[in-house]
Amino acid sequence: MNRWPLLLGRSVVAAVACVGLGLGLSGCFTERRNEGAQLYATHCASCHGDQGQGLERLIPPVAGADYIAQHRAELPCLIRKGQKGPLVVNGVDYNQVMPGHDDLTDSQITNLLNFVQQNWGNKNKPYTIREASELLQSCNGSDGQ
Amino acid sequence: MRITLSASTSLRTLALGALLAAGSLVPFACSSKKAEEAERLPILGIRHSEPTSPTDTLPDPVPNFQLTNQMGQPINNQTFAGKVYVTDFFFTTCPSICPKMQSEMLRVYKAFEGNPNVLFLSHTIDPGHDSISVLRDYAERLGIKDASRWHFATAPQDTVFHLAHAYMSGAQIDKQAAGGYSHDGAFALIDSHRRVRGVYDGMVKEQVDRLIADLPKLLREEQTQQNVAAK
Repeated sequence: MNRWPLLLGRSVVAAVACVGLGLGLSGCFTERRNEGAQLYATHCASCHGDQGQGLERLIPPVAGADYIAQHRAELPCLIRKGQKGPLVVNGVDYNQVMPGHDDLTDSQITNLLNFVQQNWGNKNKPYTIREASELLQSCNGSDGQ
Repeated sequence: MRITLSASTSLRTLALGALLAAGSLVPFACSSKKAEEAERLPILGIRHSEPTSPTDTLPDPVPNFQLTNQMGQPINNQTFAGKVYVTDFFFTTCPSICPKMQSEMLRVYKAFEGNPNVLFLSHTIDPGHDSISVLRDYAERLGIKDASRWHFATAPQDTVFHLAHAYMSGAQIDKQAAGGYSHDGAFALIDSHRRVRGVYDGMVKEQVDRLIADLPKLLREEQTQQNVAAK
């Protein structure tokens, strides 16, 4: 008979704990969710534009870019090691040097790419960190972080 | 009593109003004639010589220069005679600020498209890599078909660094910086008397907006001078 209030009490405590934990985690997740956008603004926007629009025929766009969808598996290495030589994006040829970003961890590259893959008209499959790390093995680029 | 009070108050208000109105007329009377002069941009630049008198405060004009543009044509101060121009320092492989800078410069270029009195001059600070054909390719990719209004110029590196200093722009070799050079994204506005009339941060949209707003002021001043000279 006495167990019910006790149980109720426990579940209330548990619920409060869950809410507390949830708030803490959601705070954490919120930051991570914006990490991709923040990394883009810091590392990419100066060249590729604040809306991913690129610059004329000099810098390719990442917004609505077929290259992003078609070269999905190559992109983690492209971010870490950079890019050199001609490439075609949306039927336009570009030939600029893109610097590598050794300073970004696997998870940062994942968040950055997921932001690009799912914004500005791109609706492509996101990467898991594990997947990005595996893809980075091919250029000896994974740091396991 | 009440009536008197309110009457005196309204009288005071009236007097105050009149005073204010008279006061506001004074600056109006002065400014109506000064309005055009107030629009003049400052004269900036670096001065090397001692002033010869207390009123001798003008900075040195932009020095003589000999450059080669993206079409392989020689350009010098005469190329910009009777014109105003906007200048900056960049290099084509610059991985950091240049694309942003040049996209802002392109915005200024487009704002004055069709105006033959506004020219543009971008100097490469990496002449070793940025050959004439590299500069031409860069210009074409940016949408600049010919060098009639926007010159992408090269010269020996020390010449370019010396010019950057005269244009109040920072540019130097820096092994630590991405791309091997450190430079600021300054845009300098030069009048037809080789004087720097404005320096703007090409990385900051608001400052480039100010440049776009300043250009017509300078053009009006140039036009006034030409009219005076023609008389």
